[in-house]
Amino acid sequence: MTSILTIGLSHYLSVAMILFIIGALGVIFNRRNIIVMLMAIELMLLAGNINLVAFSSYAGDLTGQVFTMIVLTVAAAEAAIGLAILVVAFRPRGTIAVDAFTEMKG
Amino acid sequence: MSFSLDLAAVFLPLLGAIIAGFGGHRLGDKGAQIATCVTICLAAVASCFIFHEVAFLGAARTHVLFTWVQMGTLTTHWALRLDTLSVVMLLVVNVVAAVVHLYAIGYMQGDKGVPRFMAFLSLFTFFMLMLVTANDLLQLFFGWEGVGLASYLLIGFWFDRPRACAAAMKAFIVNRVGDFGFMLGLFGLYQLCGSLDLNVIFKAVPALVGTTYHLGGYSFQALNVIGLLLFVGAMGKSAQIGLHVWLPDAMEGPTPVSALIHAATMVTAGVFMVARLSPLFEYAPAAQTFITMIGAITAVFAASVALTQFDIKRVIAYSTMSQLGYMFFAAGVSAYGASLFHLMTHAFFKALLFLAAGCVIHALDGEQDMRRMGGLARKMPATYALMWIGGLALAGIGIPGLFGFAGFYSKDLILEAAFARGTWFGYTAFALGLCAAFMTAFYMARLMILTFHGDEADGTPAIKAAHAHTHRAPWIMLGPLVVLALGSVFAGVLGVGSFGGAADGAFWQGTLFVLPAHRVALASPVPFIITLLPLVMALSGVFSACWLYFKRPDMHERLVLRLGPVHRAAANQFYFNELYDLIFVRPARRIGLMLHLKVGFFDDLYDFLFVRIIQKVGAALWQRGDEALIDRFGPDGVAALAHKIARGAGRAQTGYVPHYAFVMFAGLAVLVGWALVRG
Amino acid sequence: MITGAVFYMFALALIFSATMTLAVRQPVHAVLFLIWSFFNAAGLFLNLGAEFLAFILLIVYIGAVAVLFLFVVMMLNVKGDKPTRKRAKAMPLGLSLGAALLMQMGAVVWTWPSSPLPPPAATEALTNTEALGRVLYTTYLYPFQICGLILLVAMIGAIVLTLRHREGTKRQNVWMQLGREREDVLEICHVKTGEGIER
Repeated sequence: MTSILTIGLSHYLSVAMILFIIGALGVIFNRRNIIVMLMAIELMLLAGNINLVAFSSYAGDLTGQVFTMIVLTVAAAEAAIGLAILVVAFRPRGTIAVDAFTEMKG
Repeated sequence: MSFSLDLAAVFLPLLGAIIAGFGGHRLGDKGAQIATCVTICLAAVASCFIFHEVAFLGAARTHVLFTWVQMGTLTTHWALRLDTLSVVMLLVVNVVAAVVHLYAIGYMQGDKGVPRFMAFLSLFTFFMLMLVTANDLLQLFFGWEGVGLASYLLIGFWFDRPRACAAAMKAFIVNRVGDFGFMLGLFGLYQLCGSLDLNVIFKAVPALVGTTYHLGGYSFQALNVIGLLLFVGAMGKSAQIGLHVWLPDAMEGPTPVSALIHAATMVTAGVFMVARLSPLFEYAPAAQTFITMIGAITAVFAASVALTQFDIKRVIAYSTMSQLGYMFFAAGVSAYGASLFHLMTHAFFKALLFLAAGCVIHALDGEQDMRRMGGLARKMPATYALMWIGGLALAGIGIPGLFGFAGFYSKDLILEAAFARGTWFGYTAFALGLCAAFMTAFYMARLMILTFHGDEADGTPAIKAAHAHTHRAPWIMLGPLVVLALGSVFAGVLGVGSFGGAADGAFWQGTLFVLPAHRVALASPVPFIITLLPLVMALSGVFSACWLYFKRPDMHERLVLRLGPVHRAAANQFYFNELYDLIFVRPARRIGLMLHLKVGFFDDLYDFLFVRIIQKVGAALWQRGDEALIDRFGPDGVAALAHKIARGAGRAQTGYVPHYAFVMFAGLAVLVGWALVRG
Repeated sequence: MITGAVFYMFALALIFSATMTLAVRQPVHAVLFLIWSFFNAAGLFLNLGAEFLAFILLIVYIGAVAVLFLFVVMMLNVKGDKPTRKRAKAMPLGLSLGAALLMQMGAVVWTWPSSPLPPPAATEALTNTEALGRVLYTTYLYPFQICGLILLVAMIGAIVLTLRHREGTKRQNVWMQLGREREDVLEICHVKTGEGIER
């Protein structure tokens, strides 16, 4: 990094990195509900997207952007399915607190 | 053709036994009866044909079937040896067995074990046939033991009666004592001759005359010893004095059993054996003397006991014993032909007597005591007549030169032979035989009088009621009696020519061996008075019985008083049973008890020496070794450790998703760090 | 210059909104912060010259996914979390993990031998959209179609997962309708005048 003001690739990558870690910590430190976890996952995917687009832009190759579109698609699909599962899992439990989903215990 | 006929005669009874024995449940009473009776009758018919072929047409043969033992120098085979001697026995056994089978259908009607009974009868017949057609002594022994077994099974047929069970055991055990002697004789024979095959033995015997056994400073002639040992077996089987105690008690079995086994077949196995081994016995003079004496003494002893008995079957049983004595002393004086002749006639009339007695017992619903019988002549005329025929045949009544009942001819033949032999034991046997003839006639007449004549006996209402509805025997029971009666009447006159012939004559064809010296003695003419004496004795016996019981009934009491101790002794069978009980049974019991109680210090010793120490060692091993070491490392140690580890490891599975996420990221961090460090 | 300022504006806003997404108590607020995060990300995309993607982000991510989140939050009636003091225990461990990841990724990012040069100018005066179009339907046709399939599968999956059969609702069974025969439903009766029919 030559200067902080001259934004280069590293800046974008740093942003993405911080965003990713925020999302990761959000998944780990989540004591509330599953929705928050899903949102944290979206953030991580977003961070990945930013990475891809940054690289695509600075490399002059559109492959990164194409792949970003694919990731976008997958993220949307995953969000949909995840929420569907959440809804189905909510039905018998009546709550979406993370503590209620401990059937894999032991 | 002849082979299948021979096979049929011997093995059909076995087939019948197997069918009835194993299929009795499914076939039922009727099926079992049909199976066994059909097979035995066919066997009897076959036997008649074979008898005709072999005895009169001279077609003797031996069929070797299988090899049995092949061990070192001993080789024995399963074989059917059919020569005159065996076919005579074959005929007697099969015909009498057939008759008894048919009789048993009627007698055992309604019994709950009919198929078993019929099977045992056929099985017994088979064993006897194996015995008589044996070509070597091992097969003979097989049949020997087999008939002992079958008699045990049949005497104890009504096994819920303790007396029957005891009688069966007694029969088997006493037989076993005899068999022990027989086996020792077999061992000796094998040792001397190197084989148990009859032909081999017969050839070897003349050369063995000089062989001696040395025992304790004395030397015994080997053949004599062997002969004696073999005869001990015969004593057991044929209930000669000493080993006779089982025969009276064997009457606990059903009457057909008594007829078949104890009159006609099994007890005669001993006589057959002596006759079969005549080549051996001829060279064993001491054994022959012994046989003669035992036979003669038994004849008198048994007849004297029979005079005092009140049980109808026991009278006939002792009569059997007595007649067997006749047969043996005939064999002892080398008159084997006469002995076998008497065997055949005796089979007919003794079986007839037993079965007729069975009719009486059956009619009176099981009553066997003659004191409670009487006046049955009117109620059961057919039985009465038939029994008279048997009785006269037994007593030996006949008109010399004209006609006589079967026993007349055979008994006469025997007594003549005994006299003709000329030796001291021959004369003794003759004298004793005459006494026995008198007593035989007497007790036979006594039996007839008590059973059939006179007024109906006084007795309890039950007996009176039994008398009230006595009925004639059914035809299935009378028919066989008629057959036997015909034999009793005609077998004598028909057979005397053949059976009385010389040992090497046309009939016997050398199956019986008699030393030339003895043959000469036997052929010497006998004064006519001697021929007449048995008849005189018999007639006087009958008349004195009639006179005593009809004219002078009070004489009976007076005689009893006079002969007090003797009479009592006879009535108690001369205390043989008590003697044996004293000598054998009680000591055996006491030794067993003493060993159990008093010599129990052995038990304490063993307990101290072995048991306690083993217990202590075991306890120590258990505590120290097992618990401390093995359990600690095993179930309690390693297993508990595994359990703890698992539980510890299981705590990682919290089921809490953020934790899982944490672990994933941690892993990611590790991997990335590793990749960074590496590259 | 402006690029730098714009970048920092969007970047810092993005980080802030992301943090707030996970920090606020009410789930609706969290979703709203998520939407703002997406907006900021779109801005960053615009800065990078990927305007098509920026707007796709707006349409798809915000317009569909975030709205879906809101749907679910509303449907499940998710209540806000009550304040708790429980989080103290695992904090150090998680924070150290975060720090570790940060350092690792930072080690990669800040030592990347890449040129700080601005993105090269386009050789042709193509819009991002057209450029993407040129590539997407030719070279990357298969991935594109497979994306479609993924979406199809996701749709089917979501329906299958959450569909509940309700009893008693009237439905049409087309096969039965088509398979109806004349004899099953129609019966011609001759009626005499003045009389009725008996069934």
